[in-house]
Amino acid sequence: MDLENQKRVKDIAEQFGPENVVVVLGAAEGEAAGLAAETVTAGDPTYAGPLAGVSLGLLVYHICEPEMKEEVDADIYDEQVSMMEMVLDVDEIISEMTAIREQYTKY
Amino acid sequence: MAILQGKKAIVIGDRDGIPGPAIELCIQSAGADIAFSATECFV
Repeated sequence: MDLENQKRVKDIAEQFGPENVVVVLGAAEGEAAGLAAETVTAGDPTYAGPLAGVSLGLLVYHICEPEMKEEVDADIYDEQVSMMEMVLDVDEIISEMTAIREQYTKY
Repeated sequence: MAILQGKKAIVIGDRDGIPGPAIELCIQSAGADIAFSATECFV
């Protein structure tokens, strides 16, 4: 994750309280989604950014996961996401995201 | 239980996946408040 974005994530978690924050990703691949999810839960795995060694434990989902689709307006989802969803490996993304949440999410 | 309703949302979109603004529209419809949104490029 961009270093600047890591700083914003850290600031927002501090400002609003990590239990009130949800991170929603749109990564194109499972691996990228997993890395971003790991960064906002366990800390920056590359140890390069402001979240290195900072375990925020934030709740994190990919927009294509069923938990998100259930809550989002179906027409808006269709219009904004469904076209791209067809070319993504959603199963891989779900598996990566679920593993990270089970391991690192605190809320 | 609602995940997004009333929460502060951080959106990290992907230029080659789902971009930030598309995710924003979706999760706003579920009652989340956008705290920050960005679209990254992983290339």
